Amino acid sequence: MSASLTVPAVGAKRGFTWRPASVLPGFRTSLTITLLWLGIIVLGPLAVMLWFTAGMGWEAFLGTITTPRVLADLWISLRSALYASLANAVFGLLVAWVLTRYNFPGRRIADALVDLPFALPTAVAGIALSTLYAPDGWIGALLVPFGLQVAFQPAGIVVAMMFISLPFIVRTVQPVIEDLEPEQEEAAHLMGASALAIFIRISLPAILPALLTGFALAFARCLGEYGSIIFIAGNRPMVSEIVPVLIVQELDQFDYQGATAIGVLMLAVSFLLLLAINLLQAWVRKRHGG
Amino acid sequence: MSTEITISNVSRGFNGHTVLDNVNLTVRDGELLALLGPSGSGKTTLLRLIAGLDQPDSGSIAIGGTEATQAHPAARGVGFVFQHYALFRHMNVFENIAFPLRIRKTPKAEVNVKVTELLKLIQLETLAGRYPAQLSGGQRQRVALARALASQPRVLLLDEPFGALDAVVRRDLRRWLRQLHEEMHITTIFVTHDQEEAFDLADRIVIMNGGKICQQGAPIDIYQHPADVFVHEFLGESNHITGHAAGGIIFADAGFPVAEAANAPDGPAEIYVRPHHVLLRPRSNGGTGWVINRISATGAHARISVANASTTLEASMTVDALLASGLTDHMPVDITFAGGTVFPTADSQPLKLQVLKPRLAV
Repeated sequence: MSASLTVPAVGAKRGFTWRPASVLPGFRTSLTITLLWLGIIVLGPLAVMLWFTAGMGWEAFLGTITTPRVLADLWISLRSALYASLANAVFGLLVAWVLTRYNFPGRRIADALVDLPFALPTAVAGIALSTLYAPDGWIGALLVPFGLQVAFQPAGIVVAMMFISLPFIVRTVQPVIEDLEPEQEEAAHLMGASALAIFIRISLPAILPALLTGFALAFARCLGEYGSIIFIAGNRPMVSEIVPVLIVQELDQFDYQGATAIGVLMLAVSFLLLLAINLLQAWVRKRHGG
Repeated sequence: MSTEITISNVSRGFNGHTVLDNVNLTVRDGELLALLGPSGSGKTTLLRLIAGLDQPDSGSIAIGGTEATQAHPAARGVGFVFQHYALFRHMNVFENIAFPLRIRKTPKAEVNVKVTELLKLIQLETLAGRYPAQLSGGQRQRVALARALASQPRVLLLDEPFGALDAVVRRDLRRWLRQLHEEMHITTIFVTHDQEEAFDLADRIVIMNGGKICQQGAPIDIYQHPADVFVHEFLGESNHITGHAAGGIIFADAGFPVAEAANAPDGPAEIYVRPHHVLLRPRSNGGTGWVINRISATGAHARISVANASTTLEASMTVDALLASGLTDHMPVDITFAGGTVFPTADSQPLKLQVLKPRLAV
């Protein structure tokens, strides 16, 4: 009889468990609140969007999202977001590296500057950027002799996206660089590895999973950006117009269903891309024995 | 080829704080040498200077008769095992050990042969595909050692090699490393703060304190003839008695005579006696009021705390001897000091204590 007392009934159940043993209570409460919160804040608006779009029927939906203008704008959005995130993956990594590895006067101020794009109203950023990069602006004027124009061109979209997505890369990569063991680099140095070989074969593989996370966050942020881009892009249909601008234009014409249909397309594409990046990241993490 | 290491007048400071102060040391070819000292004594800094991970402020280092002070670490032919192993976390065991070979562009077939050989040496052939995170501390240690040996170094440097391991693993690895050294005879220097480890493993011990070398020699010599008070206190427990010398007899300030030291100049003296040199027997007659406070038997040895009105001393003996002696808690006892060291304050030369003649026994 004592045996049945020492073995709790649930102990016999194997496989799926709602939660691993923990001394902290509150499983039911916290899960309920979590699901409610996600439902109200995230799923609710998305569901309304899908519901609203569903009302227009499959034919009309396909018709709306396959117009040349929608496809061209989608391509512009994706391409610009990719360029901006790639550029930030390189330079954001560099910024994070310098901020964590070196000590220089004003390091803390530089570190605080990284967060500014988070806080600045995006419209302000857009106006500032377009002033700066306009053909008569400080930087724009320097580019004119080379026949380059950034503001009111597709390149302007990339510049705005780079500005707003920088912190995502820096802030995800920074803690990982802080945790790198300098001893690993020293060990490789002792074995005769060059500085470049140490960075590529020892440091970078350790940073890579975090860098991919940062890239995914930055990419998603770029796709969703609207406020700063409308000021700098020029918004010429099929040339320098991003999807969110198109959606707002549809709304201006009171074509709510058209707007949500494009929104759903955008949502689906973003979701698939983020899923792909997540899978890639899981693969990298596994390969590097994380 | 000889791989004697000569360190001449080496000093190193960080932020105005001297870490190594004019250190001179010769490490003999094929020797297993321990750098022993408390934390902050400069032993790891010295090891890093030999490896080339750091540069001395002044002085020079020669390896195998060649000046190496400014040489690139990789050109010195040293293998280094870091305190926390510094294994490459994203590489499996095989790739970790292969890394130094791959960096040197060793042909693939040769890499396979060598790594397999090293895996056999560290007895981890079956775990070649594991990542460092999937290994125990002792296994990681061995992988780090194999990686350091892969480039066939002339000198092997180990920084606190057993520091992060539990007691049993530590003992086994120590024996294994000793055996490995007997087979390979690579000049090896290891840093430790654990005197038992140093005594167990090393051919020769160098004791460091405050950036200087206090004493060097064979383990048994150092233990028997500590050069100064620091070394005596650092190497195991000892009873410290302040006293004075008068006519070749050393007296404790508390009044009782301790032992003879014929050459001791009259004057104040610091007396150090190891617990096993404090001999106890049940009091015969008179005596000076020593009473056993407490006996604690831990395995084969017993520790006995004994006190009189002014002084408390630690004694130790085997449990067998304790049982034969009939000593029990709170028993009045007589004490004899069978050995010890006296450091006359005026003269830094330590003197060995000798047992007092029976008429003076306390």
